Amino acid sequence: MGPTAAAVLLFVGVMLYAVLAGADFGAGFWDLVAGGAKRGARPRALIDHSIGPVWEANHVWLIFILVMLWSAFPRVFAAIFTTLFIPLALAVLGIVLRGSGFAFRHAVVRINRQRLFGATFALSSVIVPFFMGTVAGAIASGRVPASGAGDPVHSWLNPTSLLGGVLSVVVCAYVAAVYLTADAQTAQDTTLYTYFRRRALGTGLLAGAVALAGIAVLHGDAPYLFDNLTGRALPVIAASGVVGLATLGLLLRNAADAARVAAALAAATVIWGWAVGQWPYMLVPSLTIDQAAAPPATLVATFVIAGAAGVLVLPSFGLLLLLSKRQVLE
Amino acid sequence: MSHAHVVSMIALDPVTWARVQMAFTLACHIILVPLAVAWSLITLVANGIGVWRHDKDALLMAQRWSKVMAVTFAVGAVSGTVLSFEFGLLWPKFMGRFGAAFGIPFAVEGLFFFLEAIFISIYIYGWRRLRPLPHLLSGIPIVIAGIGGTFSVVSANAWMNQPSGFTLDAAGHITSTDPLHVMINNATGYETLHMMLASYMVAGFLIASVYAVAMLRKRDDHYVRMAFVIPFTIAAIATPFQIFVGDWAARAIAQDQPAKFAAIELVPKTSTRVPETLLGYIGADNKVHAGLPIPDLGSLLTGFSVDTRIVGLEAFPVDDRPAAAEVNYVHISWDVMVGIGVGLLGLSAWYALVAWRRRGPPTSRVFLAAASVAGVAAIAALEAGWMVTEVGRQPWIVNGLMRVADAGTPFSGVWASFIIIAVVYAVVAVATVLVLRGMVRRWRSPGVDTAPVPYGPASEDAA
Ligand code: HDD
Ligand code: HEM
Ligand code: HEM
Repeated sequence: MGPTAAAVLLFVGVMLYAVLAGADFGAGFWDLVAGGAKRGARPRALIDHSIGPVWEANHVWLIFILVMLWSAFPRVFAAIFTTLFIPLALAVLGIVLRGSGFAFRHAVVRINRQRLFGATFALSSVIVPFFMGTVAGAIASGRVPASGAGDPVHSWLNPTSLLGGVLSVVVCAYVAAVYLTADAQTAQDTTLYTYFRRRALGTGLLAGAVALAGIAVLHGDAPYLFDNLTGRALPVIAASGVVGLATLGLLLRNAADAARVAAALAAATVIWGWAVGQWPYMLVPSLTIDQAAAPPATLVATFVIAGAAGVLVLPSFGLLLLLSKRQVLE
Repeated sequence: MSHAHVVSMIALDPVTWARVQMAFTLACHIILVPLAVAWSLITLVANGIGVWRHDKDALLMAQRWSKVMAVTFAVGAVSGTVLSFEFGLLWPKFMGRFGAAFGIPFAVEGLFFFLEAIFISIYIYGWRRLRPLPHLLSGIPIVIAGIGGTFSVVSANAWMNQPSGFTLDAAGHITSTDPLHVMINNATGYETLHMMLASYMVAGFLIASVYAVAMLRKRDDHYVRMAFVIPFTIAAIATPFQIFVGDWAARAIAQDQPAKFAAIELVPKTSTRVPETLLGYIGADNKVHAGLPIPDLGSLLTGFSVDTRIVGLEAFPVDDRPAAAEVNYVHISWDVMVGIGVGLLGLSAWYALVAWRRRGPPTSRVFLAAASVAGVAAIAALEAGWMVTEVGRQPWIVNGLMRVADAGTPFSGVWASFIIIAVVYAVVAVATVLVLRGMVRRWRSPGVDTAPVPYGPASEDAA
């Protein structure tokens, strides 16, 4: 019970990081491809406005994942960080550049400096989800042994990892485009609304295509995951497809706020598909959730802290999102 | 030396590189910490004065400070994330073995980080559209979260010095934990308090030093004076308490971490009537060289009597105590910290005396010159204090239980990650300074700043 509950909590963190911070990364992707300083000025302003007040709070979900992992499943944390040193180090470098680039862009006025910091922010917004995706792929395809002595390169340069990397970038871009469409609607900016809606539809179709192609990749490269995704996790995968299609439908019918929720759900189901797909293992095939768990008192401590977070953090978070949506924060 | 030889040399010992990288990234992060923990309170005081007395200068000051904080907080957050990754990248064996205990305080810290990040956003982005009182109140959770966050993360460090709250089996694996005693260990009390006070000293003296420089340059108006007085007063109040807590820490360490204490006090042989040696070093002969010994003072300070016995380094096996180079490093860091602490106490006393007699801050050039370096000095003391703590614990990562040499990653590319991280940090540091300078310059040239005035739609920016 305890270990499973801790693993669920961990994946709740992964899910929230994906749907909240993932959208911030995706917004960085749209910033990157928004074109020259003049043409890209308006979408960039919306992006800035949308993620400025929330990205730091969203980023803390990553910290939550890390502390949950190292407290509740210390050996898993150690094994992952030993084997996957390279992609994780690159991801954290990207995080440094992204966070500081974004803050700096906000604080300077000269256009060439804004461009420099903006480009840093945008480029690293793509790098981070890519490497995070390769890490997820490495774990999901069973390339991280409990000893940590996995191959430092091939563990994350392989079909499943590359699939994870690409899927993560595309899904982030897609979720962000949907959120930005909704934000443009709130701001009653029809030009940007059309602009982001077109991109949301495009990346939505692309994400679906990558996911379908991915099943074929997993068939050859990650048999355990493949069997489960087409077995017990099939309902989750099916739900993912349904919600994804529903998002597109809602976008077409101009129900952007509902599409925002649906897109978040679609991204969340991908995470839960992964979780169900590799259950009962933390590290396929060498370490189960039960074997990997810390002593009960530590797990209880993490539950208590998570409960306190539920009471204190969630309402505060809601307040932040509400104020941000109501355009009180600028 | 051949190319291949050089490569194999740098690639050889990942643990040494890991230590360098950990020390470097921590030393950078710790400078940003006071700017989040303590600056928030200082800003709220200015904000409160502004609202209370309808003082436009105070409001403007608070708003500008919060804009600078937005930048330093972002850099602090990402540099903290690097540290979290480094626990796994650099010290996987340590985390794999002790994460079930050592991880707990960080879980608590995560809670505070959330609150801090959420409310700092509301506060910083809320200047224009929130009403004054709700806006002011939205800043209070930042202060509380800063204190809570410091408490939890430093209690993790205290745990490394005084591990407790768990049981080990014969193979050294954790079999059960007691989270409360992990957090509240023998070193938690003094370490957390000492760091919190250090945060208020660093932030207070550092911000005040900017305006001390302005006053030295004859920019002495209501705005500058208030911007000097608020942070300096807070730092000056913290200083005597800080020295009291430091003294408590030293006495506790004499009891609980005698090898570290011997390094601090530069004591090779166990004895009574130990002198307090200023500067100096231990040579290859294991004797104290150079330095200025003050007879009996070491014993006197430690146990209030010249007959207090201080355990010397030689009482510990060579492999269980800091190496000579580390001892000397600890001792010199100790001298720096205590020296600066005493100096800042003098400066605070001077300030208090003049403020009390003249009902205003001292404005003599000598005082202002000293105040304008007090911020940098406080940072130096902060860094030196951490060197005492961390290097003084060597060779242990968990005191008495796990050696640093056994804790590191086997990955041989740490040297490369260190070089990359050092370059990136250097770039980020330079960019931070340039960006902040640019902001200050815009504030100095009226009309250029397009930022809206607090609590109103009007867009006129005074001073
Ligand atoms: C503004 C900064 C500052 C100032 C003025 C002082 N310290 Fe300090 N000191 C620190 C900032 C600091 C710190 C925040 O850097 C450390 C590192 C770990 C800790 O708990 O606090 C520290 C550590 C530290 C330790 C080691 C704690 C450990 O290993 O667990 C001792 C014994 C002292 N200090 C004692 C003093 C004394 C006797 C001081 C006064 C004269 C003093 N400190 C001034
Ligand atoms: C909560 C706070 C901290 C924790 C949990 C922590 C943890 C660690 C760990 C795990 C190591 C590696 C093992 C070792 O060498 O003992 C280390 C080393 C080190 N840390 Fe800390 N640290 C903290 C704060 C700091 C700060 C703020 C600084 C500096 C300003 C610092 C300076 C160092 C140095 C210099 C080393 C290398 C020591 C050596 O190898 O000689 N630490 N720390
Ligand atoms: C090894 C030790 C440390 C780790 C792993 C660590 C981790 C982190 C992380 C992950 C963040 C970002 C949180 C966010 O996203 O908002 C952060 C920021 C912060 N850390 Fe650290 N930290 C360490 C040392 C310290 C120390 C010694 C202190 C204080 C005494 C401290 C105090 C803070 C504070 C107050 C923040 C808030 C943001 C800011 O710095 O501006 N940290 N740290």
